[in-house]
Amino acid sequence: MRLSDEFSPARWWGMVLKEFLQLRRDRLTFAMIIGIPLAQLALFGFAINTDPKQMPMAIISADGSDITRTIISTMKGSGYFRIVGELPSEEAGRRALAQGEVLFVLTIPAGFTRSLLRGEHPSLLLEADATDPTATGMALASVTQLSHSVSVKDLTGPLAALAGGEPPFRILVHRLYNPEGISSYNIVPGIMGVILTLMMVLMTGLAITRERERGTMENLLAMPVRPLEVMTGKLVPYIAIGMIQSTIIFLAARLIFNVPFTGSVVTMYLAAFLFVIANLTVGMTISSLAQNQLQAMQLTMFYFLPNMLLSGFMFPFHGMPRWAQILGNLLPLTYFNRLIRGIFLKGSTLPLLWPNIWPLLLFTLIMMAIAVKFYRKTLD
Amino acid sequence: MNADLAIQVSGLNKHFGDRHAVRDLSLQVRRGEIFGFLGPNGSGKTTTIRMLCGLLLPDTGSGACLGYDILRESAGIKRRVGYMTQKFSYWDDLTVRENLDFAARMYGIPRRREVVDRALEGLGLTNRSRQLTGALSGGWKQRLALAASLLHDPELLLLDEPTAGVDPAARRDFWEELHSLSARGISVLVSTHYMDEAERCHKLAYIASGKLLAQGSAAEIIHAQGLTTWLLRGNDLTGLSRKLQGLPGVLQTVLFGAMLHASGTDGLLLESTLRAITADSCCRMERFETSLEDIFIYMMNRVDTPGTNAP
Ligand SMILES: Nc1ncnc2c1ncn2[C@@H]1O[C@H](COP(=O)(O)OP(=O)(O)OP(=O)(O)O)[C@@H](O)[C@H]1O
Ligand SMILES: [Mg+2]
Repeated sequence: MRLSDEFSPARWWGMVLKEFLQLRRDRLTFAMIIGIPLAQLALFGFAINTDPKQMPMAIISADGSDITRTIISTMKGSGYFRIVGELPSEEAGRRALAQGEVLFVLTIPAGFTRSLLRGEHPSLLLEADATDPTATGMALASVTQLSHSVSVKDLTGPLAALAGGEPPFRILVHRLYNPEGISSYNIVPGIMGVILTLMMVLMTGLAITRERERGTMENLLAMPVRPLEVMTGKLVPYIAIGMIQSTIIFLAARLIFNVPFTGSVVTMYLAAFLFVIANLTVGMTISSLAQNQLQAMQLTMFYFLPNMLLSGFMFPFHGMPRWAQILGNLLPLTYFNRLIRGIFLKGSTLPLLWPNIWPLLLFTLIMMAIAVKFYRKTLD
Repeated sequence: MNADLAIQVSGLNKHFGDRHAVRDLSLQVRRGEIFGFLGPNGSGKTTTIRMLCGLLLPDTGSGACLGYDILRESAGIKRRVGYMTQKFSYWDDLTVRENLDFAARMYGIPRRREVVDRALEGLGLTNRSRQLTGALSGGWKQRLALAASLLHDPELLLLDEPTAGVDPAARRDFWEELHSLSARGISVLVSTHYMDEAERCHKLAYIASGKLLAQGSAAEIIHAQGLTTWLLRGNDLTGLSRKLQGLPGVLQTVLFGAMLHASGTDGLLLESTLRAITADSCCRMERFETSLEDIFIYMMNRVDTPGTNAP
């Protein structure tokens, strides 16, 4: 008699099958699984353009020569810059930037050409409005290539001696207003965590409240199936969904947004798996607490918003006030964002990622314990 | 504890907030018995049944189902009890077969396929087994739920209004099935609002406002109330019924189509009142066995208006 009180793999599998069958027939959920990642990607990826072109630039020129004109036209040629005019002074440049009339101000100092010809490697100053770093990031990246391309093509005759070796001039970039300057590549991998948070928590949150609302919970409770079997049985299909969504976003990041991927795919899936489980336990807790689907939805939003805002997805984590960082450190998305960005952009390996893995594990354990504790074995 | 009893509970109480849904309820159901559970809407039948199978914890009280303590051993009860909920509670988005198959898996039934096939055949749903359950009519859903609750050969069936919305032929089949199960020693607790079904039970319990008012066989329950009933036939029975209200000896009148039942506890007084009335109207009256329905209506009214209680 004790024996059948224990976890039964057969019953558990029955539960898993039931969930898959129901999911297969739930067209709306199915549409959400594919639709939400695509909508988010479109929103954050395309509408909020990660690689905008033709951004307004003003020039403060104290030195007009063939060479400076070549440099300017090369910048125009990159497609990122649109010259809107010349400004008389540094002060006027600052004002134009502050008012948002231009996103860039290029300053050509007096005596630039002369100094270049003497081989003194003079500098140009490019000031950028980096309030929205995703807007200016790509343009600034293109500028660092500029001095090389100008030098090779245009330094002929007496200047040919300057070609090769050290570039003949430098461009100093000043990012104004937001020195941290997140690269646009941050966004797309970040979307993975945001979508997994929303979908996993919402769907598992609804999974048990739905049974309660439809009255099928009474039947389930009257059967000799154990709470752990019900809960974990319900999780399995959502793990599968989480992995499918991770794949969609991974492919979109690589193929559509050309986000560099320097890490290992296995590590990425491992991180995604851990993160999916962490969120499923949150969903389980919510569905243990909520009385109906509406409440589950509200609790999901209540959980989702701080994750979205304080995890470093929307705002640079280190730019947030202290209290926000403390809150952010309690959220799994904070750690996942670091994991996924580390894997995508820095090629981080597991040992390097460990400081962001164990908090996820700990979070999962605690949530699981809460969910099982609050799971109601009766209709009370 | 008595091994002959499938259900033995005493002093059960259940509150929902301020509402005292079940009060000091005690029940004994013998093994192999069909036990009818009657009472008006909201009287606490479903709540009681839920406490019996461990779905609700009673506030106070104790007892056992099939020898398992209802407070501590609900796992044992769940394995041996077949519970059919009042509101259909199988999954609308699973097919008929998938629902049965799921139930079979939950109870760990050996040779599952065979058992499910047999259940489908018994239901007459073999060729609709791939239909989504949500698309079944109400009566068919009831029949499916009953079949599902029988899959694991339970020793005790708790059926909450199993025949609500089921057509007469299916109801007759259903009761025949219940009697054959009972003959095999399976105990049945069934709640119902149908009098003909009440009469087919071995024992009955009547509950109103959470209180158990009577328990025993139909004859015992009828006898215990000591009601005398007369049957009146004639024209304008509605008017007659109104005239009779409040007259000496008349505690209750119930209209059954072309017949009026007039009941009272004081047989002689009732008779003389009726004779006086029928003398000057074109009514015929005859002595009548008090029916269960008269009794239940009588008991229900007594609970609702305690001031009118007969001595
Ligand atoms: N979960 C609950 N929360 C609050 N009140 C409840 C709950 N379940 C039942 N009740 C109340 O308890 C009382 C008894 O309800 P119950 O469902 O047991 O009646 P019933 O005899 O089954 O009625 P019916 O014949 O209509 O099915 C009712 O007044 C009902 O409103
Ligand atoms: Mg009921």
